[in-house]
Amino acid sequence: MREEIIVSGRMNPMVDPLLNIWHWQIPLYLFLGGLAAGILFFAALYFINGKEKEYPSVVRMAPFITPFLLILGLIALFIDLRHKAFFWQLYVHIRLQSPMSWGAWTLMVITPVSFIWCALHIRDLFPAWDWKFTWLKDLEQFFNRNKKAVAWVMLLYSIVLGIYTGILLSAFNARPLWNTSILGPLFLASGLSAGAASILILSRKKSERKLFAKIDLILIGIELFLIIHMFMGFLASTQVQIDAAKMFLGGPYTMSFWIFVVILGMIFPAILEIMELRRFHIPAILPAILVLFGSLMLRLIVVHAGQASRWLYLFEIHKQ
Amino acid sequence: MRYAMAVDTKKCVGCSDCVVACQTENKVPIGYCRDWVVEVIDGTYPQLEAEIRSERCNHCSNAPCVRCCPTGASHIVNGGIVLVTPGKCIGCGACIASCPYDARYPHPEGYVDKCTFCQHRIVKGMIPACAAVCPTRCIYFGDLDDPNSDVSVKLKKRKSKTLIPEAGTRPQLYFLI
Repeated sequence: MREEIIVSGRMNPMVDPLLNIWHWQIPLYLFLGGLAAGILFFAALYFINGKEKEYPSVVRMAPFITPFLLILGLIALFIDLRHKAFFWQLYVHIRLQSPMSWGAWTLMVITPVSFIWCALHIRDLFPAWDWKFTWLKDLEQFFNRNKKAVAWVMLLYSIVLGIYTGILLSAFNARPLWNTSILGPLFLASGLSAGAASILILSRKKSERKLFAKIDLILIGIELFLIIHMFMGFLASTQVQIDAAKMFLGGPYTMSFWIFVVILGMIFPAILEIMELRRFHIPAILPAILVLFGSLMLRLIVVHAGQASRWLYLFEIHKQ
Repeated sequence: MRYAMAVDTKKCVGCSDCVVACQTENKVPIGYCRDWVVEVIDGTYPQLEAEIRSERCNHCSNAPCVRCCPTGASHIVNGGIVLVTPGKCIGCGACIASCPYDARYPHPEGYVDKCTFCQHRIVKGMIPACAAVCPTRCIYFGDLDDPNSDVSVKLKKRKSKTLIPEAGTRPQLYFLI
């Protein structure tokens, strides 16, 4: 038996007894960022493929909520900062080794792009819209001429945003639960699935809803595969990662993760979507809301549990 | 130049004088600490072994906190000392999450704080406060590149270890065992 006690009484707030530096703000931001990335990805993809007329809510409608999602996410990020007056320091440095620096600059690109995309479709919402100033009209014409380029930038940066939300965590080798490269693709798949779910809620067209129910099903399948793959990887890894996996396989996060994320957030909505595709009458909003809920819970639980997984000062006594 | 510290686990009695000295020297806010003492009990009764360690930032050669800092507030200065510039720190917490030794904490004023190896004393030719006050003289400090420094001499003579070297951080806080 091995027992380690911090006898000097170390009790640094937010670090002891377990790390608790990131509360609800970071997971909420990771969710909103992933969701916005999902919506913008599909909008750009279907515009580039010339399916604008076929799937209008994907290309023209759904992106209207992304500026709000991104701004809410940025507010959450700002609330998380403890030295707020210095936030501008993020934008005077480019640090290639820091995922957080990558994220800050990615948001600097994708947020304006999401505004531009909305501005280009503002007449869908307000047919009598007038920009009032000629330079704004000129700007709209300029972006309208280069809409394909805007779409490509949006496509690329939405993938970067979706993946980075996972890489942000996986770059920390100090937290064995986060230290897996599966987290990048898992959060990307989850963000795309949340994006597809919001399109399901917003769409009024049957063909569109059918397509996105199918897309969402595939994405849920990928997520389940990645989750199984992640735990297989943990269990075949070092003791600290085996311990990290055990937090979800009998440990304190078992119930919340498997019930809220996997069953309610993935398997149950997948069953509902299959039934809907088989022409059962199911309100489309139900599986979509479950997917969004599962996507948020995934981030909340992974961010929280990751901070409890560590190398030193293990609170559980390990029998050797 | 490569500053390092070695703590003699056979001599340390766990009095926590190093902790208090650091808090006083560096005006660490009440309720926080930059260094601390850990007591490890290993074995099954009656065959028990105890180890006492005075721990702090490991001033890693491959420092994850410096790598993940988005603004460059966490940086390495001459001699391999890892420091934080409060005026550049945004308090995002990335470095705190990235430290496998949990050696950093959020200062009540917002920026992130940690052990500096008492850099302000070293530049004057003194040793860190924790090493200076230790009543059993079990903390050795010096330059690893200088074969005659206290720390080099001790590390040559005695068996030593670092904490979780498998985390890939190349820590520079040694424990004589």
